[in-house]
Amino acid sequence: MSELKLMKGNEALAEAAIRAGADAYFGYPITPQSEVIEYLMAQRPEKRTGMVVLQAESEVAAINMVYGAASTGKRVMTSSSSPGISLKLEGISYLAGAELPAVIVNVVRGGPGLGTIQPSQADYFQSVKGGGHGDYKLYVLAPASVQEMSDFVEDAFDIAFKYRAPVLILSDGLIGQMMEKVNLKDQKPRMKDEELIKRYNHWAVTGKKGRERNIITSLDLQSEKMEARVRRLMKKYKQMEEEDLRFEKINCDDAEYLIVAYGSSARIAQKAVELARDKGIKVGLLRPITLFPYPKQQLFELADQVKGILSVELNAGQMVEDVKLAVQHKVPVEHFGRTGGIIHTPEEILEALEQKIIKNGSIRHHKTRESSIL
Amino acid sequence: MEVLDIIKPENQVFCKTKLMTDTALSYCPGCGHGTAHNLTMEVIEEMGIVEDTIGVAPVGCSVLAYDFMNIDMTQAAHGRAPAVATAIARTWPQKYVFTYQGDGDLAAIGTAETIHACNRGENIVIIFVNNGIYGMTGGQMAPTTLEGMKSSTSPYGRVVETMGSPIKMTELVANLPGVYYATRQAVHTHKHVRKAKKAIRKAFENIKLRKGLSFIEIVSNCNSGWKMTPNDANNWMEENMFAYFPLGDIKVNGKLKQ
Repeated sequence: MSELKLMKGNEALAEAAIRAGADAYFGYPITPQSEVIEYLMAQRPEKRTGMVVLQAESEVAAINMVYGAASTGKRVMTSSSSPGISLKLEGISYLAGAELPAVIVNVVRGGPGLGTIQPSQADYFQSVKGGGHGDYKLYVLAPASVQEMSDFVEDAFDIAFKYRAPVLILSDGLIGQMMEKVNLKDQKPRMKDEELIKRYNHWAVTGKKGRERNIITSLDLQSEKMEARVRRLMKKYKQMEEEDLRFEKINCDDAEYLIVAYGSSARIAQKAVELARDKGIKVGLLRPITLFPYPKQQLFELADQVKGILSVELNAGQMVEDVKLAVQHKVPVEHFGRTGGIIHTPEEILEALEQKIIKNGSIRHHKTRESSIL
Repeated sequence: MEVLDIIKPENQVFCKTKLMTDTALSYCPGCGHGTAHNLTMEVIEEMGIVEDTIGVAPVGCSVLAYDFMNIDMTQAAHGRAPAVATAIARTWPQKYVFTYQGDGDLAAIGTAETIHACNRGENIVIIFVNNGIYGMTGGQMAPTTLEGMKSSTSPYGRVVETMGSPIKMTELVANLPGVYYATRQAVHTHKHVRKAKKAIRKAFENIKLRKGLSFIEIVSNCNSGWKMTPNDANNWMEENMFAYFPLGDIKVNGKLKQ
């Protein structure tokens, strides 16, 4: 039996963590995601499920607490917003290198620097291209609703443990702060220690009992061993691409033009698609739900059908590079986006589509212009 | 009498614990790390708690502590061991969790994690090996490098006016209510080894009693970094390091020593 509630995205995510049977949350306040730890503290999860919630002294400490709990096989989560995620990147790289499962949430705000506290999608590169040091990737889920803020928490834990790898939920200030109705899942029990030890005995550090010692590290001073570790990671990422790609196609069957957008931009772009269709322009929307793995093949195929593609993002042009890579110059690809915390309107998106794509879109194999921001 | 006549089981007064692996130590001859490792493992073996012990290795000379300590260990990012240990102790409250850190790790890059884990009174043991220098990276200045002491980044000696004074971490954290036991030990002579082992034992007993954080500093040498023979390094340590970092208990059973 699920429970219907009106909640903020950040609160829905926090509630979902308790209900998913998370063992621990370590965080540090930062706008626009502070509701996550505030909600958790108010809920007394230590009484509800025995979940540990601790306000760390910094984002750096929080992600290393995640590393500690993850080393022992516990289901552990942290959340922050852009500048805080930058601080966590060292720890995230260690999690990836040491092959530890963990869920990290970024409720993105505008940058660079201290930037702004308003919504943004300017952390796309940081999220999908590694971010921290070394050869690694994160499995990245991009929620576009409060419902998905809730649903993706358990999905993220499942993926994290399937691959023993850190998973990022890439939200933004819009999804985190807005209120919508949300169907909350039932409470799942936290895994008992005996069950955890049985299940993760081959890698987790829970105390050497009845086996050789377990070691969690990302250090390999022998080059051959380090290369083997990197290859092992690459194999995981390939498997993610083969087995766990997620995307949504909206009105794509008869589309002559395509918008690609994720997260909050996808919600706004969906309205732009409706406005376009009211005017008789056949526009479809491809919404990547995972940003890594990315729907490369789907875009490659859609490029045979449409006359042009607009990548709509709340940034100065980041995902558009991946769209172009996938489309391989089959059709013009342009970017449209606002920055600084300004959220584009459906009308603006339609206007950008008409000006940047439809006017030029009839010429196939057209040399793409430099993206510009309105 | 020949040396070989002495090396007999019946003459053996000190041996390696089973909780040390057979991997050759990566430490320089004369370094105190091996003894500090051995004492920690002996205490865990004697207390019979290996099945419930989780160690956290740092970044520094002892980054490979997990190669030598035959227990479950996780290796933390530079300076973050107290945060890593915090989470393990919080999610496994019945376990014995300890960090093993050097002065660069604990007293420089990890100062925030050290102070806040101490202030929260995490139920863990921190073993802090202070040799006044960055050993692994090749002898650079540490926060604990003595005034006038030469290192590769203070080649004319540490100048307090521009580089600050050597930091006394144990005195600093002893003032925090979360710290139940704070002591400074050494491991270069038999007398010091026995005292240090008692201190480590007391610290692990404190975990069992859920008394909060126990902080054990071990002042050690770095003959390679100090560019001295092991013997000269030990003599120099007694004369100079102990003068600035005096050995002994600083806080016992939650009470500061006068």
